[in-house]
Amino acid sequence: MSVEITSPRFKDNAKRALADGPLQAALSKVGPGFIGKRTAAADKLPEFDALRDSARDIKDHTLAHLDLYLERFEEKVKAAGGHVHFAVDAADARDIVTKICRDLGARTVTKGKSMISEEIGLNDHLSAAGIEPVETDLGEYLIQIRGEAPSHIIAPAIHLNKEQVEEDFRRVHTHLAPERNLSEPTALLAEARGELRQKFLVADVGITGANFLVAETGTSIIVTNEGNGDLTQTLPKAHIVLASLEKLVPTLEDVSQLLRVLARSATGQEMSVYTTFSTGPRRPGDPDGPGEYHVVILDNGRSGMLGGPLKEMLRCIRCGACMNHCPVYHAVGGHAYGWVYPGPMGSVLTPALIGIEKGANLPNASTFCGRCEEVCPVRIPLPKLMRHWREKEFERHLTPAPQRYGLAVWGFFARRGWLYRPATGLAMTLLSVLGRKKGRFAALPLAGGWTGHRDFPAPEGGTFQAQWRAQRAARNTRHANRDAKKDARP
Amino acid sequence: MTSSRDTVFASVRRALGVTSQEAPRRQEADGRLAGHPRGLVPARAQLPAAARLALFKDMVVAAAASIDHLPSADDVPGAVASYLRGRNLPPTILRGGDARLAALPWHREPNLDVWIGPSDGRQLAGLSHAFAGVAESGTLVMLSGPDNPSTLNLLPDHHLVVLDAADVAGDYESVWTRIRERFGPGVMPRTVNWITGPSRSADIEQTLLLGAHGPRSLHVLLVGGA
Repeated sequence: MSVEITSPRFKDNAKRALADGPLQAALSKVGPGFIGKRTAAADKLPEFDALRDSARDIKDHTLAHLDLYLERFEEKVKAAGGHVHFAVDAADARDIVTKICRDLGARTVTKGKSMISEEIGLNDHLSAAGIEPVETDLGEYLIQIRGEAPSHIIAPAIHLNKEQVEEDFRRVHTHLAPERNLSEPTALLAEARGELRQKFLVADVGITGANFLVAETGTSIIVTNEGNGDLTQTLPKAHIVLASLEKLVPTLEDVSQLLRVLARSATGQEMSVYTTFSTGPRRPGDPDGPGEYHVVILDNGRSGMLGGPLKEMLRCIRCGACMNHCPVYHAVGGHAYGWVYPGPMGSVLTPALIGIEKGANLPNASTFCGRCEEVCPVRIPLPKLMRHWREKEFERHLTPAPQRYGLAVWGFFARRGWLYRPATGLAMTLLSVLGRKKGRFAALPLAGGWTGHRDFPAPEGGTFQAQWRAQRAARNTRHANRDAKKDARP
Repeated sequence: MTSSRDTVFASVRRALGVTSQEAPRRQEADGRLAGHPRGLVPARAQLPAAARLALFKDMVVAAAASIDHLPSADDVPGAVASYLRGRNLPPTILRGGDARLAALPWHREPNLDVWIGPSDGRQLAGLSHAFAGVAESGTLVMLSGPDNPSTLNLLPDHHLVVLDAADVAGDYESVWTRIRERFGPGVMPRTVNWITGPSRSADIEQTLLLGAHGPRSLHVLLVGGA
């Protein structure tokens, strides 16, 4: 899938998503499914919140010593007979992977799910080089045969329904009997298993992502439920791991802490089915395993986040809990965000990776309800980081003109209290008189964006400032009375 | 010409405002790598032996796997034969060369065909010996190597795993301690597979289905400790 960026068109994307019936039906299942499972898993482990603190601290410690842990990781991979390649940007990473494949004479590549692969647009690049990439995670396979991008970081095909999957399978698997029954999800899964089993067995190279890299041992870790990532890395001649800088953790003990919060936050499992620790290539005497082991470590703008206000974003372990709990994601789905990373984590990360000029809409696609921060296993203050981008957007004059003028007018009054108080008081009185009958407005001039979808409540009392003054006056009177009483005591 | 490696390291160091030569930072990182401090270990991962074993069995079942608790390793061939019979599978199993599996009294099951080697995807049932189990999540810990090929964990439809009850740890950390004792500090086998239940996917309409790419069934043969 190419990485065409449509984030600047977020508003159009969102409108289209809201009007898309099948998509809305699929999205209606996101909240109920994921939220309940995560809550149940968290409730079953009394130490869950303390483990989140521990996970946060481990990530912060690692990031503060990233240069040193990267050195050690590289040293340990080499000692185990593997190779480490550093990539400055996406083009660099694509070239490294293509060269490894070419050197091996590879024609087909199986792939475990990797968001880095999506980020660097690897599949198109491999295809152009005459190497066939085959996605093997069921969700990734579904979107690959549809030519789509993932709409969720752990459930890439969450926007599809089973009828769409059946249609695609009939279109693509033309060598199978046309009269076969594919009405049940089990039949679809069995068909995908059969098709992909063949691909696993003949692939020349297997490419996976990494949930974590362990400096202590030079180990890469993938976490899956299907087992596709394991088949991808075990069967071919070479295993290539795509990872970004911040996947590093110091030790096996540290990664155990993180694994205790990852699956619970993602799918509500105690532990995912397959957690696989890979260190170097096949050893002498091993009856299976890849002959070569390569780790490609991608920067692509992340190092620039390390010392700055966005560094907390680098703690992210890609569990997807933030989007699973996000009302905006529930409403518009992942594709509306217009690039690889959707939801709250995408709204912070995307502008950092593709630039605020293209990503400015995303940090605004939030109600600031704060649920993302509440559930984040590494306690990333996502609303704060989105606010950072909103400020940057304003500073760089990227905010749309009407909004800027509106804020300028408001700012003019707000800085002049003697003008602000009577003006707001007048507006309040006017609105409460006009809206007295119904208590709300179905339409208001200049506020169509609000009243187009819901009513605007009519004000019931004075302005906030007026009420504040009244309350303070009342309190002062009470205190004065009490003090007067105290003084009156003998 | 500057290599990508140099560019990435330079940019990390610039952002952190460091040179990588600062002694206190190095000491802190080296100390952590050498000391690998345990973090927070949940109470449920620190139970006494009997409760730990009971929790392990519960968690295995909760992960949609099945379990037989056998009095002794000598009962394994019979349990394998009976598992295959119970599921109408041919009496054939592929296993690795693990000495503990080789030492089992296979002659007691004359009708059971036992093959040795890695899987090429054509076998319905595979048998491995686990290095450890972890009670807190019902997880099996498998090490790759000549004795227990990784393909056995992944390709057969039915994966049967022998686990010595004495090797059931409460937490993951205790297993890392054992791996360091076996392989030396900072050294790992090529692959360590943690397996918690049979393969599954919920990628079609979030409906959870077993047997995505790996085994459709996972069956644990827990030996001893009863």
